[in-house]
Amino acid sequence: MGYLRDAPDDWLPLRLVDQDGTPLLGAELPPHDTVLAIFRWMVFGRVFDQRMLSLQRQGRIGTIGSIRGQEASAAGLGVAMQGLDWLAGSYRELLTYMVHGVPAETLISLYRGGVPGPFPEGVRALPVQIVIGAQTPQAAGLGLALKLRQERAAVVACCGDGATSEGDFHEGVNFAGAHHLPVVFFVQNNGWAISVPRARQTASATIAQKAFAYGMPAAQVDGNDALAVYEVCREALERARRGDGPSLIEAVTYRLGPHTTSDDPTRYREETEVKAREAEDPLPRLRRYLEHAGIYEEGLQERLEEEARESMGKAVAVAEAVPPVTPEQVFDLTWAAETDGARRERERALRELREVGEL
Amino acid sequence: MKANVVEAVQDALRIALREDPACLVLGEDVGRNGGVFRATDGLQQEFGESRVLDTPLAESSIAGVGLGLAAAGMHPVCEIQFAGFLYITMNQIGSQVARLRLRTGGSLKAQMVIRAPYGGNVRTPDLHSDSFEAIYAHTPGIKVVLPATAYAAKGLLLAAIEDPDPVLFLEPMRIYRGYREEIPDGRYTVPLGQARVAREGVDVTLVAYGAAVGTALEAADALATEGVEAEVVDLQTVAPLDAETVLASVRKTGRAVVIHEAARPGGLGAEVSAVIQEGAFYSLEAPIERVTGWGTPYPFVQAEGLYVPSAARIAAAARRALSA
Repeated sequence: MGYLRDAPDDWLPLRLVDQDGTPLLGAELPPHDTVLAIFRWMVFGRVFDQRMLSLQRQGRIGTIGSIRGQEASAAGLGVAMQGLDWLAGSYRELLTYMVHGVPAETLISLYRGGVPGPFPEGVRALPVQIVIGAQTPQAAGLGLALKLRQERAAVVACCGDGATSEGDFHEGVNFAGAHHLPVVFFVQNNGWAISVPRARQTASATIAQKAFAYGMPAAQVDGNDALAVYEVCREALERARRGDGPSLIEAVTYRLGPHTTSDDPTRYREETEVKAREAEDPLPRLRRYLEHAGIYEEGLQERLEEEARESMGKAVAVAEAVPPVTPEQVFDLTWAAETDGARRERERALRELREVGEL
Repeated sequence: MKANVVEAVQDALRIALREDPACLVLGEDVGRNGGVFRATDGLQQEFGESRVLDTPLAESSIAGVGLGLAAAGMHPVCEIQFAGFLYITMNQIGSQVARLRLRTGGSLKAQMVIRAPYGGNVRTPDLHSDSFEAIYAHTPGIKVVLPATAYAAKGLLLAAIEDPDPVLFLEPMRIYRGYREEIPDGRYTVPLGQARVAREGVDVTLVAYGAAVGTALEAADALATEGVEAEVVDLQTVAPLDAETVLASVRKTGRAVVIHEAARPGGLGAEVSAVIQEGAFYSLEAPIERVTGWGTPYPFVQAEGLYVPSAARIAAAARRALSA
């Protein structure tokens, strides 16, 4: 505990476990079952990403963003969250959504172009955000509700380095600062906003330091060190739940894959850069730690991969069994209290489709 | 009680805050200052800073925070200081608030109201006098409500706050303090999505909403001196539109004039005209007339009196329809 800073320091990203899996001297690390849970989710995230990519190639889902390389940030954060916490994330946090209780089949449905939900009862999450940064003020609103009702829970507002250029990002962080709300702003700085590098987003030396201007503490963490991410998130979340206000975490990571399946990263970044970052892949790094700590059982990763593939197979089957969205459903979900005029619109649209046999 | 429009709004907010523990009011200057139009005057003193909140000066976040509050089960009433600033909230309202229920498969709803004073002819500074209702009528998922009287302002606002869908509530700035009328004490609601006949007539239908209803009634008075009985339909909710009330009137009169002070191109006049020709074409005796703002941005104070439809322009359009 005690990783958040109230003023800029020399900003070496917080790291608890080295590239070779060795814990840093004096590092306080989470208990083994937590570490194993994070590892399991990271493996799941990797398998999910591969499977979604191949589903897209097969034309079974639409365009999807890759999360490969960012599993440590996503899972470290997700495992640190609790059931009563709210998640306001984007398409880069699909793994965090799943850790937080949104089933894979729900997300697969979304990418199949179907209705993404409903989320299971009690899972507190906003829809997977598409408009960059729009979830930030919404998260402040969730935080305000928690504060007013004196609920012991926190809100996590995720975004990427590109989103920190958006007006909504600043409005949301500022609102949470001004009203002292229980929100943790979690920025995955993966180096690239599609083709625009981090250096072209902001002249700030770090994204973390932006927090100080809004009156909240911050940490910059090695986003490929799953245990450091977990620990700093735990501190920030606990602080928020205690009523001590918002904070901001910059997780420095790297997007190993394309922005989305429609993106060709060779147009804007060198293969040598990606190769170098492959060597910093967070998944083998955590595995090396497990081995170092003596809690890696022979064949564990392969077993988890097999489990993940099996569970993805089931999720795909469930999602593909969901009948296509009907026009009636779209109207049903548009209005909770349909007026006569809205009903007239529904009937007109349906009549027109029936007339030509499209319904 | 006697109340003008702004007092009726304030009374509705007070009742909602008193009776609904999930309701809260937020916006710029709504707290100690009581709002720049005093619509929230005294509310923070009565209900405290946790129910009536001054927000940072950032409209997009006011709407976005509203969404977050609503997603968590609160019933926020957000104030945008002038409708002219609604463009800033376009993503949060049009893409986020209006689609929350759809995009979560019904998991979350946005039971929230966004209030804003709209309209011109009150000599405001530049960019304060716009009427953007058509833009939001074009973003289904949010109801767009414009009261024309103090009675409607209170009843529609209370209905909007308890409606499970988001509501954009545009208050006619021009008649905020126009006159006081007797309205019931305590809670009553005026249903959303229903137009009302503000004056009965048989010769021509004047369709209007918000502050333009008063101008249409003035035009109807003028027409009455010529022996023309105009029926005035006050839409009250422009999205979703109550087509039946409009159609019933036009089927009776055979003539229609649609009035709004928003710009003409793509305005609600076009929508209402289309609804009329789809549903009452064979009753029409004359082309549908539109009396609206121009195909220009809202002009400067010195020209706004000519831009906003006058009773004379409305009466002239009615005469054109009657002589066709």
